[in-house]
Amino acid sequence: MITRFRQVEMRLMGPLTAIPIVLAVAVLGTIAALPVLAMVISELTQDFIPPGLQHLVTVAVGCAGFIGILALNPIYAIWLERKVAAHVQDRLGPMRVGWHGLLQSFADGIKLLFKEDLVPKNADPVLFRAAPMLAIVSAFAAFAIVPWGVRSDGAVLAVADLNIGVLYFVAITSLGALSVLMAGWGSNNKYALYGGMRAAAQMVSYEIPTAILVLLVVAQVGTLSIPEIVAAQEGGFLGIGDWLIFQMFPLNLIGFVLFFICGLAETNRTPFDIPEAESELVAGFHTEYSGMRFAFFFLAEYGNMLLVSMLAALMFLGGWVGPFGSNPLLLFVKGFGLVVVQMWLRWTLPRLRVDQLMAVCWKYVIPISFFLLLVVAGVRGVGAGW
Amino acid sequence: MDRKAATGQDGGPLVTLYDEQLPPDNSYAFSPEELEEDEMILNMGPQHPSTHGVLRVELKTDGEIVKDARPHIGYLHRNFEKHAENIDYQGVIPFTDRMDYVGSMGNSLTYAMTVEKLLGIGVGERVAGIRVITAELQRIASHLLAMGTYGMDIGAFTPFLLCFQQRERVLDLFEWLSGARLLYNYNWVGGVSHDLPDGWTDRCTRFLDEFVPVLDEVDSLLSHNRIFIRRTADVGVIPPPMAVDYALSGPNLRGSGHDWDLRRDDPYLGYEGYDFDVITGTGEHGPIGSCWDRYFVRVREMYESVKIVRQALARLPAEGDVHENVPRFVRPKGGEAYLRTEAPRGELGFYIVAEPKKPIPYRVKGRSPCFVAMGLFHEITRGEMIADIIAIIGSLDIVLGEIDR
Amino acid sequence: MGGLGAEAIVERLVSGLGLGEGDFDTDLAAADPWVRIPGERLVEAAQILKADPDLAFDTLHCLSGVDWPKDDPPAVEVVYHLFSLAKKHWIVLKTRVPREGGCLPTLENVWKAANWHERECYDLFGVRFEGHSDHRRILLPADWPGHPLLRDWEWPETWHKIPVKPGRQMTDRAEKGQMTGVGPFD
Repeated sequence: MITRFRQVEMRLMGPLTAIPIVLAVAVLGTIAALPVLAMVISELTQDFIPPGLQHLVTVAVGCAGFIGILALNPIYAIWLERKVAAHVQDRLGPMRVGWHGLLQSFADGIKLLFKEDLVPKNADPVLFRAAPMLAIVSAFAAFAIVPWGVRSDGAVLAVADLNIGVLYFVAITSLGALSVLMAGWGSNNKYALYGGMRAAAQMVSYEIPTAILVLLVVAQVGTLSIPEIVAAQEGGFLGIGDWLIFQMFPLNLIGFVLFFICGLAETNRTPFDIPEAESELVAGFHTEYSGMRFAFFFLAEYGNMLLVSMLAALMFLGGWVGPFGSNPLLLFVKGFGLVVVQMWLRWTLPRLRVDQLMAVCWKYVIPISFFLLLVVAGVRGVGAGW
Repeated sequence: MDRKAATGQDGGPLVTLYDEQLPPDNSYAFSPEELEEDEMILNMGPQHPSTHGVLRVELKTDGEIVKDARPHIGYLHRNFEKHAENIDYQGVIPFTDRMDYVGSMGNSLTYAMTVEKLLGIGVGERVAGIRVITAELQRIASHLLAMGTYGMDIGAFTPFLLCFQQRERVLDLFEWLSGARLLYNYNWVGGVSHDLPDGWTDRCTRFLDEFVPVLDEVDSLLSHNRIFIRRTADVGVIPPPMAVDYALSGPNLRGSGHDWDLRRDDPYLGYEGYDFDVITGTGEHGPIGSCWDRYFVRVREMYESVKIVRQALARLPAEGDVHENVPRFVRPKGGEAYLRTEAPRGELGFYIVAEPKKPIPYRVKGRSPCFVAMGLFHEITRGEMIADIIAIIGSLDIVLGEIDR
Repeated sequence: MGGLGAEAIVERLVSGLGLGEGDFDTDLAAADPWVRIPGERLVEAAQILKADPDLAFDTLHCLSGVDWPKDDPPAVEVVYHLFSLAKKHWIVLKTRVPREGGCLPTLENVWKAANWHERECYDLFGVRFEGHSDHRRILLPADWPGHPLLRDWEWPETWHKIPVKPGRQMTDRAEKGQMTGVGPFD
């Protein structure tokens, strides 16, 4: 009886140990397969396609990558989260459906699809139905500007290669706060309302430092276009020396950490998960949701996680450039690495209280980001010969 | 809301049984008419993930600030005291098990000892040793539950599972010993139901050896985490005089800095012969008597319990009949007895009034430490935030089975 | 356990209250020595017990009711178990009230712990406590019939049409094929 609980040496550093990394790479390979395949096809065909159609092709390839992310990321990110959680907690996690539970999320998705479509009687039907849609739209619309590679002829592989990409990112993520607020208000439930209010306050507050930190990058690189930001980080010592995170040490390192913290807060992840704090608000803004509508919030959360991780990788960690040249896989490695860090934090740290969360933002994160921006702007200004 | 909507006329199972008319709705302590602008009544529970059972807390809130809080109890009320009027002395023990259902050994121990006091009988050394071992293991299990769920209340999920893994091993030991995993019916009047099986002590020692490093690790993971300290160290402060005024006991009292432990100060079962420390709150992070102090007292107490179990195992007499003093008939000469022990959650007491030569007790009253602790809930929640309410409930370590009885 | 002996405690209490020989009752030989005083002197007694520096009973450890319907006169006995953390001694204070409409002064202002204990005593025995700040039932619903720990209390058949009397009701209903309201498929 007792022997069935083998006394395993606890690995609180679980996600950093071998098994989850192997698993993460497996996931990564699956998700990145489609974009990489598309890239290869695009490389092979670029000589045969007339120049007028070239743009169309890059967009199509971008869409292919985008669909790969859209379709597979949430499913495998959820699986990955459960695995990371399990290994942090000295257990196995899903093991039954598929190899090491790889198909577990499909099974869960099917279950959620077949659930009854419930709208509470006293809820606002329009807001209640619209909120999950807006959540998922805002999460995935932002992926439109996430480029994941550049072809050998210089064409950017993205759905839309906006020259104001980072602005678009800042703008579109604000929609997420709206969706949470709509869900909280539309549910006509006090807990949901608390969740919605907390979410609105939190997201609005943390958008400010996010924008400042984006400005920090823009001030150094001198462009709002993400491919150009990445291009500016190419080269250097071992191919990583020019990554922004290593520039002006330690200013950009601090900037990166702050950006990551803001990303955690914007995606409502522990220790900033107060809008859905399950021990306080039951489930927060999605208390009344069930079935596929609930799943949409879930998908949006995982989409947002990957989005902020990829953005952080693109802006500070050199995106797809690295020691082995330029490769879309690198971006996915970096992005998913940060996603795993997010998960690791979630299963290790307790949750902050509302006022402490706000204090972190307004007393520490915003002033430090402002300071960073000032210093960087000053240095750049002096360098430009003021 | 009307009755049909409330119960879900379309298929709710209770609909046909209920009155069409609602029971008079006087279960609210605050009336909506008296609310000021911006105030709201929030019902937390009875079905809430972190009220530790079916506790309902009525909060008068202004945004995130809780202006006032009133606990409503009784959702688990079974009135075992009424049942006990019709059951013989020995038969009450399973009912006492169900009071504090995560600390059953302590309950039945206290009850059995109270009846023994009525009868004027004692127990042999081996029985006393076994009782100490089971009581302390139960304390470890109970404190592990408290520690784990407290982490979860604050938002850290991992310590919960790590604690439960260890608690499971204690339950395995108990299962081997008594056949049950939660409600043991183990302590009998004058003895215990089963002697220790062969090899039980070895496995118990092995558990203790392996448990301590794990506890160290969970402790380092949770107790001194900066976020955890910020969430708990300034919250739910019970000043020492208030703790006495409300007759708190156990870790809640010691968390407020009172150096008082029945096991040392009013020893029973030979506790005076064991070497252990009484842990008190120190106010290490903020004012003394905070949630963190109460939590940390429990963590440290587990180490002390390990010490006690080790000593008890070492000095346990090899031979001895555990049924030696079990009376054939429990028929006290009359009179009354009150006895309390240091249960995991505080001082659990039983007050038994006996009729002369009757096999059933005239009156059994359980003095529940959780009931008493819950009595000061409204005092320490005023002006805190909603998240703190959860922290406070968790730090008092209540079990609703014992509050409602 | 240090502190004063029960005899000294009772003596101090009785002389403090100025009670005559017939006004109180005591048993110092019992396992838990007790003293029974008239209900109207209760608050005074509690204040003496708490304020006297040698007695210093700072906690009301337990408050229980005991129903004695066969005594003359029939009464509910309210038992206060008092303990002093400072002096580490015990005394059991008892008082009797009539079974019907019995009323005692509240001790809430002496020991705050009395608040919930008194509510429970009212809930289960029907003893009223005068001056109590929150005089409601605590464990049972507000409209529950009677006070169940009185010895002659009888189970109601139903409460708001919910069968509450223990017995074969549920199984009878189930055997007759009626709804019991229990279980997922009912």
